[in-house]
Amino acid sequence: MEDIRLKPAMVVDDVVKRFGSGDEIVTAVDHVSFNVAQGEFVSVIGPSGCGKSTLFNIIGGLLGDYEGAVMIGDERISAPHPAVGMVFQEESTFPWRNVIENVAFPLELQGVAKSERMDRAHHFIDMVGLASFEKNFPSQLSGGMRQRVSIARTLVSQPKILLMDEPFAALDEQTRLLLGDKITQIQQELNQTTLLITHNLTEAVQLSDRIVVMTYRPGKVKRIVDIKLPRPRTSDVVGSDAFGHYVAEIWNDLREEASRGMADSESAAARRNAHG
Amino acid sequence: MAKSASQSGVLFRYGPEITGVASIVVAALIFEFLVRVGVVNRFVIPPPSDVIMALERVVVEENILARSGATAFEMIVAAFASVAVGVPIGALLYRSNLWRRAMEDWVGAMAAAPIVLAFPLFLVLFGRSPKTIIVMAFFHGLAPIILKTIEGLAGTRKVLINVGRSLNMTSSQLFWKILFPSALPVIFTGIRLSWTFVLITVVGVEYLINLGGLGQLINELAERYDLPGTYAAILFVILVSVFFFVLLERVELWLRPAR
Repeated sequence: MEDIRLKPAMVVDDVVKRFGSGDEIVTAVDHVSFNVAQGEFVSVIGPSGCGKSTLFNIIGGLLGDYEGAVMIGDERISAPHPAVGMVFQEESTFPWRNVIENVAFPLELQGVAKSERMDRAHHFIDMVGLASFEKNFPSQLSGGMRQRVSIARTLVSQPKILLMDEPFAALDEQTRLLLGDKITQIQQELNQTTLLITHNLTEAVQLSDRIVVMTYRPGKVKRIVDIKLPRPRTSDVVGSDAFGHYVAEIWNDLREEASRGMADSESAAARRNAHG
Repeated sequence: MAKSASQSGVLFRYGPEITGVASIVVAALIFEFLVRVGVVNRFVIPPPSDVIMALERVVVEENILARSGATAFEMIVAAFASVAVGVPIGALLYRSNLWRRAMEDWVGAMAAAPIVLAFPLFLVLFGRSPKTIIVMAFFHGLAPIILKTIEGLAGTRKVLINVGRSLNMTSSQLFWKILFPSALPVIFTGIRLSWTFVLITVVGVEYLINLGGLGQLINELAERYDLPGTYAAILFVILVSVFFFVLLERVELWLRPAR
């Protein structure tokens, strides 16, 4: 019998994205290729400016004009695809809707009957642990709870691929670890194919089956690391030797890239000061 | 102890309202005193006690219900017309960068212009009728709604638009389900401002052309040199406008709960 995990749910094939024109062309993503198998959790990690967010927008179909291909089945992504559900870095709940109305929103667009969409929304709200907050408005929730609402809103349409761009970037470390547990639990429960864009090393190792390490500008794949930590996994794993080993190994790859990024932003700041 | 805690709770809850009313009462008492000792001429500013006594007379004898009805009618027509026309114009200007840049300054200038002073022109166009008052109030109330609609729509957070795009929403769905509700609080600020302009213009033009409701009443009382009556009528207009804006606030709260 064929192992379903070996079948790629998504293929990123030789993707290049350039911005600007003439002498001002900047290559943000440079010949990036990797696959994500069904049910797999893959993270893309790299320093600021490595084109992670550009890659997120390409895979999500928000940036249609690029070279190469992002394939889901036989379809090349050039616009938002119903198989891809996106969770954004910034807080993205609708402040004028309560939790259940936020989560049911995609189903409302699909024309699902009210009772059915409320049932489905309720199921996913329960899954992210917000069952007692269904009638609350986002302004009455913490940052972590709001991000869970966004995740539930994305999951409710049952996308084939869950695509997340640093969803916990604005949260403190403890909340981030606990939400990591929640994500792992949901991912395992749904066997959800997930691609996480992050700059956080521990988060990537805690959650992923594989980590794609990117270089600083232009963003290329530097290495793909298999994370062979046991599953089911919880945040307890951060205390293990193997976890520390992976973090150190990936940091070795990233240190040079992060230093380049830092040097670049310092020289840009110096130039601005000189002109300013 | 429990009693003092509950007293401080009441003070905390209603403190701003109590302070606001108390400051008006204190100001009235100061004026009363200044008029009575002769520091302020009672033929310029009547004592506040006379004004309050005159309020009953004005309400009972000056047919205030019918006059309020006339003012309210002109105001409601002008106010809702400003919203009905201003919001779509704002939305259209938001969609066209060229038109927005071309028109925004003109609309801003229109908001600042003393349109009330253009009443002779409107009299020629529409005659000495409620139509003149309504059209002038409508124009005065239009600009804040247009400007705030543009501001509200343009201020929609990009991530919310991206959520809509990621869900493959059509541009009409994007407008009605994301842009418009997101802009609503700012549009309401424009509506509050606009309706203030509308009320000022309606009463002001009624006064200037001596026609219609409460503005005409103020004019008549001033012509009769009934100063307490004039001030009582002004006080009545203020009370009506306070009621009107409290009502608007309630509507706003109902339309967008728990922001």
